[in-house]
Formats: sequence, C-alpha cells, structure tokens
Amino acid sequence: MPEKSIRQAINEALAQEMRRDPRVVVIGEDVAGGAATEGERDCAGGVLGVTKGLFAEFGDARVIDTPITESAIMGAAAGAAATGLRPVAELMFCDFLGVCFDQIFNQAAKFRYMFGGKARTPLVIRTMIGAGRGSAAQHSQSLYHIFTSVPGLKCVVPSNAYDAKGLLIEAIRDDDPVVFCEHKLMYDLKCEVPDEPYRIPFGEAAVVREGEDVSIVALSRMVHYSLEAAETLAREGIECEIIDPRTTSPLDEEGILESVEHTGRLVIVDEATPRCGLAVDIAALVADKAFAALKAPPKRVTAPFTPVPFAPSLEKLYIPSPERIAGAVREVVRYRR
Amino acid sequence: MQLSRDTLLKAYRQMSTIRHFEERVQEEFAKGGIPGFVHLYAGEEASAVGTCLHLSPQDYIASTHRGHGHSIAKGCDVERMMLEIFGRKEGLCGGKGGSMHIADLGQGMLGANGIVGGAPPLAVGAALSAKTLGKGTVAVAFTGDGGSSQGTTFEALNLAVVLRLPVIFVFENNEYGESTGWRYHVGSGDIAARAAGFGLPAVKVNGDDFFAVHEAAGEAIARAREGKGPSAIEIETVRFFGHHSGDAQRYRSREAVVKLRGERDCIKNFRTRVTEASLLEKSDLDGIDDEVASLIDRAVAQARAAPPPEDGALLTDVYVSY
Repeated sequence: MPEKSIRQAINEALAQEMRRDPRVVVIGEDVAGGAATEGERDCAGGVLGVTKGLFAEFGDARVIDTPITESAIMGAAAGAAATGLRPVAELMFCDFLGVCFDQIFNQAAKFRYMFGGKARTPLVIRTMIGAGRGSAAQHSQSLYHIFTSVPGLKCVVPSNAYDAKGLLIEAIRDDDPVVFCEHKLMYDLKCEVPDEPYRIPFGEAAVVREGEDVSIVALSRMVHYSLEAAETLAREGIECEIIDPRTTSPLDEEGILESVEHTGRLVIVDEATPRCGLAVDIAALVADKAFAALKAPPKRVTAPFTPVPFAPSLEKLYIPSPERIAGAVREVVRYRR
Repeated sequence: MQLSRDTLLKAYRQMSTIRHFEERVQEEFAKGGIPGFVHLYAGEEASAVGTCLHLSPQDYIASTHRGHGHSIAKGCDVERMMLEIFGRKEGLCGGKGGSMHIADLGQGMLGANGIVGGAPPLAVGAALSAKTLGKGTVAVAFTGDGGSSQGTTFEALNLAVVLRLPVIFVFENNEYGESTGWRYHVGSGDIAARAAGFGLPAVKVNGDDFFAVHEAAGEAIARAREGKGPSAIEIETVRFFGHHSGDAQRYRSREAVVKLRGERDCIKNFRTRVTEASLLEKSDLDGIDDEVASLIDRAVAQARAAPPPEDGALLTDVYVSY
C-alpha cells in the first residue's frame, strides 16, 4: 500500500469527493490563491498547500477563493449547506474562530433544532490546530474542546493520514456540520493510505497500542508523544494501552471505559488548556462510569492555563512532552491508597 | 408597471394578514400565554410583500428577529406560525424555535434570526448554492437599520460583490435600533450609500409606498436572475410597535405613534391608491380583511388549545444522526 502524508491524504479525500459529488465545493481564503495578481493562479492551495491542485481540476466555481472575512466564509458556507451544496469551508487557523463563531455555533449548529428537524446542514469546516511552530498566542491554540461543547456540531481530530482520509470522506458525506481539526505540525507525517475512497465512522476510537497497566487517552499530535512515552515505559516494565478517540463529538465513551476497566488506570493527554476541556470531560466520564475499576485517580497531562507563548523555550514547556506523559504514567502506577 | 388585479389582491391579502397577525399577537401577548418575547412587524408590510411577490418558493430569504412579516410574505402557513409562537407541538418548527426562529425551508424561508446581522452571510450562501448549481434562483437578505452596521453584513456585501452572487440586501430602516435612533447609530446617516460603497447598485425607497418597493425590488431581483450580481435597497419604513412587545417606548411619544399610524400606513396608502384609481373596489378589500380576521381568530383559538411538544422532543433534532 502506498505511503502518503496527512497533507496528501486530505487532498486526495477532497479531490475524490469533489469528483463523486458536484455539490461538494471548497471555499476559503487562498484555497487556490493568486486571484487578480500578475503571478500564478493556484499559487497557494491553502496556506500550507493542502488544497493545492484542486483549482486546476475543478475551477473557480468549486474552489472558491474569498476575502479574508471569516464570518462571511462560515456564514455563506452554512447558508449554502442548508440550500443544496456540501461545502468544505476553510477556517485557516482555529484561533480565527474568534471572528466567526456566531455563524458556526448560533447559525449552522442550531438550524436543525431551531427549525424542528427540517434543516440539513452538510457543512465541513477544516481548520488548523496546535502549537510548536513559533506562531504564538493567536495562531497556535487547540480549540476542539469549544467545538465539542456545542450541541449540533461534530468534531474530528485525526492523528494520522489513514484516519484523516477516511474521516474527512465521512465528514463530507455526513449531513450535520462537522469541524475537522488538522494539526499544523503533522501534515508531513506519513503512513499507508489506500488509493480508493473509504469511510471511517465517527465515534469509534482506535486502540493505537495495547497494554495491561495504564490506559492513555490522547488526541492528534499527543497520540505520537504518548507512543514515545509508552516505548520508554515498556523498558521499565509498564505496558500502556493508547486510545485515540479520533472524534471528540461524538465520543466513543464505551471504548474508553472498556480500556479503563481492563487496566484500572487512566492518563489523559491533551494539547489544549486544562479548564473545561477534553481531559476534564474524559476524567469525569471515567469517574462517573468506571469508578469501581480505578486503582488510582485519573491523571491529566495538558497545556498550562496560559496563552501559547512565543519564545521557543517557553513554547516547548507549554506543549505536553513524552517525558511529562511518562511521569504521569509512573505516578498512577505507583499510586497506593 | 401596471399590476394585475390578481397580484393586487394577493398583495393586499398578504399585507392585511401581516397586520392582523401582528396586532393580534400583541393582544395575545398582553393577555399571557405566549412565551418569551415577540418583535412585531406592523407598519413595515409593504417591504416584505413588495419584495417577496417577486419570489418563488425556490428562491430563499433570510430574515431578522422581526420576522413574522417576512415569513407570511414568503408563504409560511399562518396557522402553523401562530402555533409556533405559542410553543406548540404542531408549530412550524415543532415549538422548538419560536417567534425568533420561524423557518420553512420548503417555502424558501431560511429562518428569522435572533442574531442582529446573522442573516446576510446565510443569504449569500443560498445565492452561492443558486449560482454554483445553476438553479436560476435568487436570495434576499432582510436586515434592519441596526443590522446594517454589523460586521457580518459588511462581509456579506463584499463577498456577494466579489463572487457576483444573485443576492439582494434589503435594509428595512424603521428608524430605531432597539431604542436608539438610526441617525445616531448609522454613522454615515445613509445606509444605501454605504452599501453602494461596496460596489453594488443601491437605492433608497419609500416603504410607505408598496408600489415603490415592488418596483425597486423587481429591478434588483431581475438583475440578480440575469446573472448581473447583487443589489441593495434601503426601505424607509416605520414600526408601529416598540422594539419588542412590552417595550415602554420612552424614546417616542404616544402622539408620535398615533401620527405614524395616521400618516405613514402603507396599507392605508395602498387602499387609497387602488380605490382612487378604480383598480379594486373597497368591498374587495373589506372582504379580504374579513377573511383574514377569521383566519387569525381561528389560528389563535387553535394555538391556545393546542398541546405543547412531547417531553421527548427535548432530545431530538440536534443532529441528523449521531
């Protein structure tokens, strides 16, 4: 099977879905780029080149460059989704949620309920998350917990190219608004990805590594850091089971509980800030529904309760590291009542 | 343009329906039984009806918090609207939307909207669907003078021009954003001119004159259908009630409201115009008023007696599937 990067996997999913269904359009700032310049049209293909080449195949009616006005992009995509298109709208950095949240959470997410079940809003919002690129406080956040907390939105947070392709195709074919969170440091990460289209259902966690001693629930880039930590810990005789929920809404509660019932210990790793996030959500779930199975209190490894810093030394401290993950695992393993 | 007798009768019936509906909702709200609050459209009927008469159910409109008039003009079922406003199971949205979220996608009504400036980007989206899928339809964004200053509205105007979309922005300037006068909150003092600054044709029309609205909307909508892009219309209108039902309206006197009702009533003006020109008889119009009054009586009686949604409805319709 061919190896593909997450960038290629997403591009391939978009191209295949656009070929299959003429209602699928890509819309956003610089999704092609170069409009009304003396230079090359399609010079960008998205700020990190994810949509590159779609313009050449599908043209400006379906690869739609917009002004840098996120409310108009999200609102137009929501309105188009409710009236017959299946837009994949790009919110370049998830931080820009700040300027367009109304159109996402008061409009798109609520149509179906407010209108008594009559609306369908097949909208996908692709957006970048993650720190580690020296982009500081307004271009580095991981805000999937905000999307996850909104009834009416679904939220996807893939950690590898295989999942990214299958989950994006699923998102495009889904009839509800889906936010698809891509980690900006992972686009070049490769794995085997089939050429043909395939779907991965939402709400099904992946068991990334099996183990007896501790369950680690991790998302996106933190799955890879957890794998690194697990290798170190294995040499110490601690076997970690790593669960990647892949979608935070819906969340595979059963998959997480099953693993904790098996290991009796839980560490949750989340690149987002600690308050009201996925780590808290999953810890509460386990405390509520698997309390009897727990041999130690659930431990959370998250970013600190601060904005994302600029200086590389500080940014490194901000992001949960394999070392911190390993430390948390050792703590729960050593715990005695 | 000379309108046919049927069109004139239809226009009058719709305006009369809106007026009766709103006057009655005000009464019923005061009596109790309507949850939340309502924003009434009485006084602005010519705007919704003069515009929507040019639209088919396949065309879309997106509306405001003051959306009852737009809904009626776009063909929403009046009895089911009343049921919705009372929060009933058989309401247009199953009692889950209420006055501020009345929608009927089957009639091309993309929803009233509780967010000022919420609708223009959505209408731009409906126009994007129309253009991309080659449907030949148009979309209309209704916005008030208040919403005309929202960033979402500016972004929507610009995107519509950039993508040359078949969308019409109708700004209903009823002179007040809640309790603040429009001459204060619209900094430039000219909504149409500001819209024109985005690079689209924009005109100002007298909303007390149904025929002026109908003509201006007709031109803008025809232009959009021909693929010539977006337009804007500022409609100078009045609201007979306050911002919401129960607004003490300390920003204007009772006498001023009486004067508005006397001098700036688009329905009275319509009656005068068509009867003086012998286009319709007074008896035609009175007959319609009587029919509309019974329709509204029936709608209210039915809504008062109707059951609320079942408890299970709390948890349904969040997603298509989850």
